[in-house]
Amino acid sequence: MEQAAKNEVFSLKDMSVHYGSSLAVDSVNLPIYENEITALIGPSGCGKSTVLRSLNRMNDLIPSAKVGGEVLYHGQDMYGSDVDPVQVRKVIGMVFQKPNPFPKSIYDNIAFGPQTLGMKGNMDEIVEGALKQAALWDDVKDRLKDNAFGMSGGQQQRLCIARAIAVKPDVILMDEPCSALDPISTFKIEDLMMELKKDYTIVIVTHNMQQAARVADRTAFFTVDTSRGEGSRVGTLVEHDETTKIFSNPSDERTLDYVTGKFG
Amino acid sequence: MSSSIQGARSRSEKNSLRAPSPRIGEKIVISLLFLASAISVGVTIAIVISLFAPLPGFFDYVSPWEFLTGTLWAPSFLDSSFGVLPLVAGTLQVVFYALLIGVPLGLGAAIYLSEYASTRVRKTIKPILEVLEGLPTVATGLFAVFWFKPLIQELTPWLEWTSPFSIGVAGITVGIIIIPLIASVSDDAMRSVPVALREGAYALGASKMRVAVKVVLPAAISGIVASFVLGASRAIGETMVVLLVAGGGSPQLKIGFTEPAGAMTAFIASRATGEIATGTIDYYSIFAVGSLLFVMTLTMNMIAIFFVSKFREVYD
Amino acid sequence: MALGVNPGLFLNNPSSFRPEEAGYRPAILGTIQLIGGVILIIVPLGISAATYLELFADRTRWYNRIIELNIQNLAGVPSIVFGILGLAFIVRGIFDLGFVVAAGSMTVAILVLPTVILASREAIRAVPSSLLDGALALGATRLQAVRKMVLPAAAPGMLTGVILAVARAIGEAAPLLLVGAATFVTFDPNFWDGGYSALPVMIYSYAGRPQEEFHVLAAAGVLVMLVVLFFINSIAVWLRARFERTW
Repeated sequence: MEQAAKNEVFSLKDMSVHYGSSLAVDSVNLPIYENEITALIGPSGCGKSTVLRSLNRMNDLIPSAKVGGEVLYHGQDMYGSDVDPVQVRKVIGMVFQKPNPFPKSIYDNIAFGPQTLGMKGNMDEIVEGALKQAALWDDVKDRLKDNAFGMSGGQQQRLCIARAIAVKPDVILMDEPCSALDPISTFKIEDLMMELKKDYTIVIVTHNMQQAARVADRTAFFTVDTSRGEGSRVGTLVEHDETTKIFSNPSDERTLDYVTGKFG
Repeated sequence: MSSSIQGARSRSEKNSLRAPSPRIGEKIVISLLFLASAISVGVTIAIVISLFAPLPGFFDYVSPWEFLTGTLWAPSFLDSSFGVLPLVAGTLQVVFYALLIGVPLGLGAAIYLSEYASTRVRKTIKPILEVLEGLPTVATGLFAVFWFKPLIQELTPWLEWTSPFSIGVAGITVGIIIIPLIASVSDDAMRSVPVALREGAYALGASKMRVAVKVVLPAAISGIVASFVLGASRAIGETMVVLLVAGGGSPQLKIGFTEPAGAMTAFIASRATGEIATGTIDYYSIFAVGSLLFVMTLTMNMIAIFFVSKFREVYD
Repeated sequence: MALGVNPGLFLNNPSSFRPEEAGYRPAILGTIQLIGGVILIIVPLGISAATYLELFADRTRWYNRIIELNIQNLAGVPSIVFGILGLAFIVRGIFDLGFVVAAGSMTVAILVLPTVILASREAIRAVPSSLLDGALALGATRLQAVRKMVLPAAAPGMLTGVILAVARAIGEAAPLLLVGAATFVTFDPNFWDGGYSALPVMIYSYAGRPQEEFHVLAAAGVLVMLVVLFFINSIAVWLRARFERTW
């Protein structure tokens, strides 16, 4: 009942993705709510990353990828002809699996986005603000001019989050952001996510079920459907619900098998 | 109620997904980038036009049949004759001797590089190959004239060395020039053969040499063939070495290691030096020979590209 | 032991009958001007073309596939054929420049352009796509991401490609024979006007003289050229090692 009052940031309606002629993900129906963390989980090849990348049109970079059905963002069709993918990515930020800082100084890494987008304001303040929000300021304030490659993996990933925040997006998408990190860095990023959801809507893909259980408000479980004929592997959404429900009392048996570690 | 509608409106403005500007400047820049790459097509068209346009003028003097099958190439004789076969024979001899040297040595180097050499050795040798590939052929040619030819002459006293020029030595020199090319293209091909294929054979107890010859070579064969074809094409097109080492040649069709011989490229280079008068048969003959040369190398390049793409299909 | 180099080698004009006084001055100046022109042409064209093909071209389009195939093909066209093109289109024909350094520059530039494009494309491919993705994900346009992130990262590799192409251009003799690099020029060249010579052409000419002394002169010329090329190639190798990055 409570949910009805929440704003839907994304509404996926019967959404599908093709790569060339092969169907990668089929008939996904999923709402994503404002100021929540939504986790997409499931075994490898279930299409969760594909779904994530279609939320900021990073899929456009693969020429053969084609999105069907509807992806609504605040009610606008994200794949409508008047929509500009560049503008989409301005509003919907993304953090990648492997930390990918630019080969520049820490300062320039943050400043690149705001400078490129022509944002107004004092750049030093923007940089400081973003680093503070990413809980990185104290670590790096004395070496802003150092190359970002000198940071630890966890710091690099937080820098990438700070970089995404600096352009003031509405949503942050995270594609397995901790899979390349050690447990301590992982916890730091999880803390950061809990902090960030006050201001942003977050969608995270993760392989790590404990992580989903720890941070996500809602969880969507995907699986691979192999029943559609020889060699076909189509990702499908099994169910989505509040995280506590998914992990304690899911409606679908496949979800139960997955979260209790019977497969995947 | 009304405030929530207002909230929705301000949100939809902030989160608009429409392009703020048409970005015309960007489109112009990208069109310019496209034009820069399209210039290459213009160059090819210009080559075809510059080669083929004078052909009608040439064939007014000489029939195409006479040109392609005639065995006497004597453009400056009083009773001139334009049978291109002596030049083609010279070129083919160069290719023959070049492949004789270039194929075994180039392939051997490739096998060593891809199957035996350590990463460090590879990293040293690859750039050296690249540099050798780009050495000025006028330097290689001089080296062959002053040092290499006397050496071969000494080593083969049973051959009849009557001329200062030799098509055989020219061919061998070109063969040395194409070793780096064959080695590096073959090496690339052999290295892209999946490790799993090699490991399967090693698991059966095969020796390194056996794996290289029985597993890797057959798997990389189309890439290796491509390297041979590219080598042959490069040999056909080589000018300075042939000009320096094989000389101007004789007008008759002759075959022999120690003979001087003309080749298509060498003829063009020697004939076109200085101010040659437009519209004369001499001038036209450059274009006729050039057209033939272009068609031959184009065909071989297409064959090489075909083999390479066939190879890529399998392993990429 | 006196290992002296006679400065006349670099400073003197060619002579047809006095090898002890003959030198390479106009040829060296000609080559320097020629290479200057080549660089001015190949850097913008080569990098633009490589950028388009590697980062903007939709490979499913027929015209982009034709351009790709075409560049691969041009890389295999014999250099002498470019000489014919230069003679018919640049010296005469549309450009009608005459036998001047500029014509030589254009001809050699067209000849080495495919090398530059292929090397630059490789340099761009060596830049991990995560860099482009990272910039795009921040809302940069493709052109912004390419200009500010990908190209700077690829610059050392592209520079190496340009240097290797220049090294090749310096030694190229055959096409220059057709576009008028004459062997007997006794005055300093002018880019747009008058005759010119070039180092490899001059070497070839000296080598063809009957007197033994001219052959020594040719060998000396080769030595000069090889020293220059060794130096240039070392820069390329050094650059590559210096900026090689394991992403």
